[in-house]
Amino acid sequence: MSSDRYGLLIDYEFCTGCHACEVACKKELNLVVGQWGLKVYQDGPRKLENGKWEYNFLPVPTSLCNLCADRVKEGRKPTCVHHCQAGVIEYGTLQELSKKMNEKPKTVMYSK
Amino acid sequence: MMSTYDELYRKEWQWQEGDLTVTRSMQWSGPGCHNGCGLLYYTKDNKIVKIEGDPNSPYNQGRLCMRCLNLTESLEHKDRLKWPLKRIGERGENKWQRISWNEALDIIEANVRKIQKEYGPESICGMVGTGRNICWQVPLLTYAGFGSPNFGYSFLSGDSCFSPRAAFIAVTHGDFSVCDCSQFHEDRYDNPEYKVPEVILIWGNNPIHSNSDDFLGHWIVELMKRGTRLIVVDPKLTWLAGRAEYWLQLRPGTDAALGLGMLNVIINENLYDQEFVEKWTYGFEELAERVRQYPVDKVAEITWVPKEQIEEAARFFAQAKPGAIQWGLKVDQSVAGVPAAQAIATIGAICGFIDIPGSNIYIRDAYDILSSYGTGYEEFLSPEMRAKRLGDEKYPLKRMGVGPTAHADSVLVALETGKPYPVKMLWIQTSNPIANMGADAPRLYKAIRTTDFNVVVDLYMTPTAVACADLVLPAGMSPERNGYKTWWHPLRSTSKIVQYYECKSDEQIVLEVGKRLAPQNFPWETDIDLINWMFSRSATYKEDFQTLQQKVTDYQKYEYKKYEKGLLRFDGETGFNTPTGKLELYSTLFAEWGLDPLPYFEEPPYSPVSTPLKSKEYPFILTTGARSLEFFHSEHRQLKTMREFHPDPLFDINSEIAAEMGIQEGDWCWLENHNGRCRQRAHLDPALSRKVIRAEHGWWFPEMEGSEPALFGVFDSNSNNLTEQCQNGPTGYGAPYANTICKVYKATEENSLDLPSLVVTRKGGF
Repeated sequence: MSSDRYGLLIDYEFCTGCHACEVACKKELNLVVGQWGLKVYQDGPRKLENGKWEYNFLPVPTSLCNLCADRVKEGRKPTCVHHCQAGVIEYGTLQELSKKMNEKPKTVMYSK
Repeated sequence: MMSTYDELYRKEWQWQEGDLTVTRSMQWSGPGCHNGCGLLYYTKDNKIVKIEGDPNSPYNQGRLCMRCLNLTESLEHKDRLKWPLKRIGERGENKWQRISWNEALDIIEANVRKIQKEYGPESICGMVGTGRNICWQVPLLTYAGFGSPNFGYSFLSGDSCFSPRAAFIAVTHGDFSVCDCSQFHEDRYDNPEYKVPEVILIWGNNPIHSNSDDFLGHWIVELMKRGTRLIVVDPKLTWLAGRAEYWLQLRPGTDAALGLGMLNVIINENLYDQEFVEKWTYGFEELAERVRQYPVDKVAEITWVPKEQIEEAARFFAQAKPGAIQWGLKVDQSVAGVPAAQAIATIGAICGFIDIPGSNIYIRDAYDILSSYGTGYEEFLSPEMRAKRLGDEKYPLKRMGVGPTAHADSVLVALETGKPYPVKMLWIQTSNPIANMGADAPRLYKAIRTTDFNVVVDLYMTPTAVACADLVLPAGMSPERNGYKTWWHPLRSTSKIVQYYECKSDEQIVLEVGKRLAPQNFPWETDIDLINWMFSRSATYKEDFQTLQQKVTDYQKYEYKKYEKGLLRFDGETGFNTPTGKLELYSTLFAEWGLDPLPYFEEPPYSPVSTPLKSKEYPFILTTGARSLEFFHSEHRQLKTMREFHPDPLFDINSEIAAEMGIQEGDWCWLENHNGRCRQRAHLDPALSRKVIRAEHGWWFPEMEGSEPALFGVFDSNSNNLTEQCQNGPTGYGAPYANTICKVYKATEENSLDLPSLVVTRKGGF
């Protein structure tokens, strides 16, 4: 695997499901109604045996996601990373991200 | 070409990037919300082509919510009002003629003069919606232009949003306090004095969705990452409640009882801060005596929250180092709104979580530039005219100037009965009261059509405008206006960078109308002159709008523990700005005014306890006003991106009971009670109580016919068909928006023949 492949790291412990990433992405890619560059999925709320609740959101990039190639070329962050209200999306090389993943539970990593 | 991040996101207020001009500004309203996030407008040829969050704004640190990210869709929407319109058909026919601003001003001047002469200036009421960048402009026009004391919220029953909390805390603490998320420090979480709260008690709001009162909900998430743990008081399992140590799922409207129960635990188990209480508070013995009436067993029965949870949560909060409370709208929305606020704020107060880092901290308008609903009230009105303000005769808090608005329910009664005097003209600026805000929307619809003359100023043609306006004026959106924000800190500017057709900013409209009506009170030439006059009234702010515009944000150094430093009282002594100089757990002013000086609980007017018979017919407790991410109150319904996420009105119902009733996800259902009905689609929620229904508000359908009987479908899904006016607490504040009763049944073709908009506009109502 090449060491300079890029991806996204998402901390789903703190993703609040605010949908800002989806709208930011729609505007950046100029997508029509019904199309998404990433989509936020919801799991729960579901009661666990210990009385706590399982209630998570998770943004998943689609095949339209190009990791904001134009923005990145200009020196900007991908728009979902820039605008995420909970600050839970990071952009970087897979090597950098996997290091961070090792330190923070409840994260997922996407490669492009 | 690759630039560094710092080159792309600069700190000056404006720069050029290729053929785009980049401007740092602040988005407040409209379209609205309560915040003032920093953003970057990229413009070319009088057009905003792109919007990004400003990473150099400490307030939102580059982040934006979906509404701001979608702002361009609103700025360019084909349905926006473009020029002044005069009504040519009957009210409700939605027939208009384009006129010039000069003609509009002529019409306004003629009508105002006639009404002033025939009925007196007090017959004219100025109204706005919830607090946005419109807080001081319409009050100034009402007092200095119309000469009337009657400015207020457009029919918000019991003024029950923020005002009850603000009024109570002004009287007992002498200031307003907010949850410290480091928002008043330019260096935010890194500020050396700042401390992350160990526990935040979130009460009666879902800040992630509501972002109310200049408070960004996601600040709480930043604190959670830094170790803060949560207690959430909410009938709904919000995402925050799902992440909380304790979720107290109370019966809607019993907040005061729960607060008193927690106080009972904290006092009886000696968990409070004895030193703080002794040194800085007044009336602890009386409070301790009062909470004895609320043993935890009894409170558990009233609130439906299990006894152990109340006890454990109270201990968990009291033992935090420190704790903070983030309270919200639902505290206000019961008849016992003021005593509920009193109980909740007292929990933090006796624990000593007052004005120390990471607690509830006192804050005033930036540089004390007063931008409140009282702007111009004393300067431009005689004491005799001020004494005529509607509601003052009934409510001492109003009379004493604690709440600077005419009492909304009293305005409604005056419209309907002509008592104590007739109301003949409404000036409604960026507010849509029959779509939301006012309780009993069908009743309001009738009342607002009884006047001689109404003006509505807004962004779009709204149901309220169609129903009652004689003149409709187009308001500019945020990047089309110069303005500022002093709601807490920092001081922020917003800059006019584009012009849309003939729209004018709220400041310009108020100035031009004011100059026509009372030129001696409006000596300013431009909106910026007017803004600079507002600045000049501050003792500490020495700069002007142009300077602020270039700074974009201006932070003052925040001081903690002001009560120890003599920074709260006007006489410079230590202590609090109250009659006793102490933080009053027992309100000496309430006692003087014949009100209960201590927190207490009162059943909602309709509940299984207060109306058991009626509750058999209407077995659910109904809360209204459930917030969604896509919409701000009645705004944003035109936007295709928002409607893609949220096409229809939704109500929450417990999954099991829905299954028992044969209701599936997405089914259209009627919510109905003795006052009226509305239809929304069911969302099944496994965590909601079986006895609670949680409905959305603010729904109208811009895609529908605007003329009556459809009236944009404004009554069809309107949860305020089921709420009532004039059910306020003894202070005049508080109303049961969030705790009435209803039944639910599936909508069928047969039971949906006469939709509510037809019933209200053509058949005399429910």
